[in-house]
Amino acid sequence: MTTVSAERLSKIFVEVADTLVDDFDLLDFLHMLTVRTASLVGASAVGLLLADQRGQLRFMAASDEKARILEIFQVQISEGPCFDAYRTAKPVLNADLREVAERWPSFTRHALDAGFVSVHAFPIRVRREVIGALNVFGSEVGGNFDDADVQIVQALTDVAAIGLLQERAVRRGEVLTEQLQAALNNRVIIEQAKGVLAQHGNLTMHVAFDRLRQYARSHNLRLTDVARQIVETDFAADVLTAPLAPKAAARRR
Amino acid sequence: MVPERADSVVAELCRLCERAVADLPAAGAGLSVSAVDKQFGLLAAADPVSERLEELQFVLGEGPCVDAVAAGQPVLVGDIATDGPVRWPAYAPAVLEAGMSATFAFPLQVGAAQLGVMDLFRASPGELSAAELVRAFALADEAIAILLDGGTRIDEEQPIAGPPELFQAQGMVMVQIGGTLAEAMARIRAHAYVHSRRLADIAREIVTRELRFDRDG
Repeated sequence: MTTVSAERLSKIFVEVADTLVDDFDLLDFLHMLTVRTASLVGASAVGLLLADQRGQLRFMAASDEKARILEIFQVQISEGPCFDAYRTAKPVLNADLREVAERWPSFTRHALDAGFVSVHAFPIRVRREVIGALNVFGSEVGGNFDDADVQIVQALTDVAAIGLLQERAVRRGEVLTEQLQAALNNRVIIEQAKGVLAQHGNLTMHVAFDRLRQYARSHNLRLTDVARQIVETDFAADVLTAPLAPKAAARRR
Repeated sequence: MVPERADSVVAELCRLCERAVADLPAAGAGLSVSAVDKQFGLLAAADPVSERLEELQFVLGEGPCVDAVAAGQPVLVGDIATDGPVRWPAYAPAVLEAGMSATFAFPLQVGAAQLGVMDLFRASPGELSAAELVRAFALADEAIAILLDGGTRIDEEQPIAGPPELFQAQGMVMVQIGGTLAEAMARIRAHAYVHSRRLADIAREIVTRELRFDRDG
């Protein structure tokens, strides 16, 4: 592909450093990372899965709806590049979806249907342990990642792991387990909040999530906190009646 | 919960605590559940020492169970003598006094629905191994299922983890029945059981609005 400009890359790392303050929201952070990774390497979409305590991958974040659906699909069928990157602890690079039908029959069919033609997957590592994987989807054949691209995306993937560790000095393996469980459970809370919003406002899940995120963003609140308030209090009405920011309303994910 | 059901829940959870002690290298196990307003109280324990250590947390207002509820995540302390005194100034000495050196608390939760906490105690210091953690999480899932299904073991095939649609459906059903998240999941699981259907299929029908629940069970 192309070499990424140093300026854009440094901007992202500044944004990451800005985000990694005491009280940041991991799901917001991971979502931001998928969006930035997608834009940085000119990919169509990026998705991210993390493993739970049983080693089962679970959906955490995606840069758009198509990637989200594909990530969840991979989890359901236990097949696809994310699984391979997770199991082997090695990246899957430049896979042309028109040539890998034997390797991932169901995944390939769905990914092609979604308009993607190439895919890469990078293991998310903490020390020697693999805790998840990041998928990069391309709409151009092969994706053509060169060595520099691979290093950049793997670096961004390592940043995801740093975000998960959260605490400045994680001395014990237990802390990772504790944080990971909290992150997985927070993802569940977001799904629950989407359901509450969808039911209250007669919305699709996709629109419900947009409203949730827009509200969090325009009120400078953490996504997880807004989601928690929605399921624990009568907060849904506030979110549903909040005016849409013009820019946010016009933007499609 | 009707009384006879509550009894069977307690009996099942006590057996689960005993199994935790037998399956894992643990000397004690206790299980507390939330009643109203996030107030937690002891429901089951493997033995009198565990029962006392579990209840002491509520008296002192500190301990692994209290932290696990507050943070919504497990609390794994492999060496109470080292890490305990700063974290739990009153509770840690009492646990050490009772002959326990390590404690592990697992929240019994499904997203924002916090049902309780399972506490494990160990006489010798040391972390749980990866394999032991997997067993502990599996026991915690079982405890969640017992609490949701009201003691009637609905179906061991119905996992607590599920596709995102299951939790979206849970949020929708909570609004439909005007109840809590826990009640919503209990209704969804009961429906799946009665109709011998997979949870994932029921969830999809709820999300696509082919299936809805009403206020009366």
